[in-house]
Amino acid sequence: MAFGPHLLLAALEGLVTSAVLALTALGLSLVFGVMRVVNVAHGEFFMLGAVLAWAITTAISGHPSLGFLAALVLAPLIVGLIALVAERLVLRRLNYNPEATIVATIGMLYIIQQLALTFYGPEARPVEPPFSYRILLPWFGYSGYKLSIIAASALLLVATWFVLTRTKIGLVMRATQYDSETAQAFGIPVTRVYAGVFALGAMLAAVAAVLIVPISQAHYLMGQDPLLLSFIVVIIGGLGSLRGTVVAAVLIGLSDGIISVFFSPTLAKIIATLLVAMVLVFRPQGLFGTASR
Amino acid sequence: MTDKNGFFDLSKTGLTRRTALKGLAAGAGLAVAPGFVRYSQAQSSAPIKIGFQSHRTGIGAAYGRWYEKTTAAAVKAINDAGGINGRPVEVIIEDDGTDPGRGAEVVGKFATQHKTDIVYGTLFSHVVIGSAPAAGEAKMPYFVVSEGHHVASTKLNRYVFQPGITDVKSQIQAMAPWIAANAGKKVTQIFPDFAFGYDHRDYLPPALKAQGAEVIAQIAIPPTESSFTKYFPQIPAETEVIYHVMVGPAVLTFVKELGEFYGSNRPQLFGFIDSLEATDINSPGLEFLDGSHFWEGSPRYAQPDDSAAQKAYRAAVGIDDNGAAVGDPKDVSTAAHMFGCWETLYVVKKAMEDAGYKGPEDRAKLVEATEALTEFAEGPEHPQGPKTFNGKIHQCFGIQNISKVEGGRLNVVHKTKIEDGLYEPEGDYTTQPL
Repeated sequence: MAFGPHLLLAALEGLVTSAVLALTALGLSLVFGVMRVVNVAHGEFFMLGAVLAWAITTAISGHPSLGFLAALVLAPLIVGLIALVAERLVLRRLNYNPEATIVATIGMLYIIQQLALTFYGPEARPVEPPFSYRILLPWFGYSGYKLSIIAASALLLVATWFVLTRTKIGLVMRATQYDSETAQAFGIPVTRVYAGVFALGAMLAAVAAVLIVPISQAHYLMGQDPLLLSFIVVIIGGLGSLRGTVVAAVLIGLSDGIISVFFSPTLAKIIATLLVAMVLVFRPQGLFGTASR
Repeated sequence: MTDKNGFFDLSKTGLTRRTALKGLAAGAGLAVAPGFVRYSQAQSSAPIKIGFQSHRTGIGAAYGRWYEKTTAAAVKAINDAGGINGRPVEVIIEDDGTDPGRGAEVVGKFATQHKTDIVYGTLFSHVVIGSAPAAGEAKMPYFVVSEGHHVASTKLNRYVFQPGITDVKSQIQAMAPWIAANAGKKVTQIFPDFAFGYDHRDYLPPALKAQGAEVIAQIAIPPTESSFTKYFPQIPAETEVIYHVMVGPAVLTFVKELGEFYGSNRPQLFGFIDSLEATDINSPGLEFLDGSHFWEGSPRYAQPDDSAAQKAYRAAVGIDDNGAAVGDPKDVSTAAHMFGCWETLYVVKKAMEDAGYKGPEDRAKLVEATEALTEFAEGPEHPQGPKTFNGKIHQCFGIQNISKVEGGRLNVVHKTKIEDGLYEPEGDYTTQPL
């Protein structure tokens, strides 16, 4: 394959990775930014989104797009609800203590994963894409659905940005992130904000999974890779910085796509991890993060 | 980041040195206790215990589930006909997570805790290779249904057998003439990046070369990979045949993405059905496979010339004419491999009867009796077809099927002969001490 089309394919693959990664990492970053909680179970919320998408699309007969749309709405809602319950039962009782919540979310990771294994099973199951249009380029074919993932993710990112910067809910969240004690003094129900943010973070992961599942199948172990990559993105972008998260997701996604097409996927992972190490050494607050006060 | 509530301060939880020591002592007591149950010396009517190392979880889970179904059906058939040496057969299943380290532990557990007579049923080649030393150390006969060449390579040990399914080297050698004559001469290989894939990597090029064809590119893909499009640009443009064999939970994605990449304007495809085992070939996005060819150990779809034994086997295991579970057309079986479980259990039965097997003290006799076997005739015990067995390399050799995808099903278009797949033995297990 000539260099031009080869690069185009690499960029397309990279953009799809970026799109999903940006949503997943944004959820992780939001939870850390506002609550100062490192949610190790984030990847499992991603997996739950995919598994629920499978369950919902199988339950709804008719045109595949009907089931998919239902999954796109319902799966994140259910996952958000589960996250809300987890927040109430676990995180709040630990008083959001940073060290304790890490251990607790590791526990949640295993509980959710094993429950999925018990009730969903060890198989990888496919979800039919809402449409299967194949875009025919002169050099190779490409899935139209994959391109639509990029568009859908961009829309969701803009929506999240809008909520965070232009609405009262966003204002309350940012106030809590900036200084939770002062926010509380001003009458902001901080615990309720925490609960909402944790649910929102999980929902972002779930919606990313619903988008990706028609091209990658639902499997109970599928949460591991997104978790690792999300951490990489959040560390490079700066913990708690939304702009940084999106920029880092595009950077990591594109470099992953291009390096793995031209060289090898393993090299792509090596370079991403090396980048994390470099960022931690030379700019510990991340590319866009602000130094802690 | 302070530990305000003292979650990590052990002194606050009331754990004293005395209770800690008590706990340790109790734990040590449990660890040295010899297994959960003490078994008395096996009586003549006690069941023969077969330890089944099953891939219940991990990347082999789909195979594991169908291997279990086939095993249950074969054991029921054997027990209904009077068992082995008049004793019933009991299968004890342990999950190895499709993981080599865990596999070795499971073999150890069968040997010391369950005290099974043999261990059986492993598929994934890296698990076989990881578990074989543990079986050899425990002097535990280990009957695998793996398809890999590792048993026949004589690099494992005298206790490992593969009497129910032909190995990859033999399969490739038997099919190479057909590929070169009917599919094309310039072949690109796509294979999983672990032991089973390496068999394909190592044995296809010489087999094709002997037929005047050549492998022009080899693409290894990690078995846990979930996205494949990025590998496809490595396929050279002059490729006439893509030879693909993939395993793991993402096989459907692999074939779908191959279809998106090429569409109808594709090179010839020759695949091992492993790329689609347990997956419906009529899944959306797989239309481009129409007209392509697959290797099948035993055909997934019922064929017009199926023998009575084949029909009886399919009914016993519970698969319909499309190779899916009876009553659930979406639950597609791993038909091309799982027949090996059925046939292996009948080989074990035959060898135990020849050896006059009574209990674990006769394991060495069982090994020698298995090595003495030479032929398995086609019939209810060997529904896939006739086989020969080479006791020196512990490997059987049978016929292979090449099937074409037409009209939404797989039709067998070519059957190889046993002689096509025979090769010079690379060693001799029988010279190793028992």
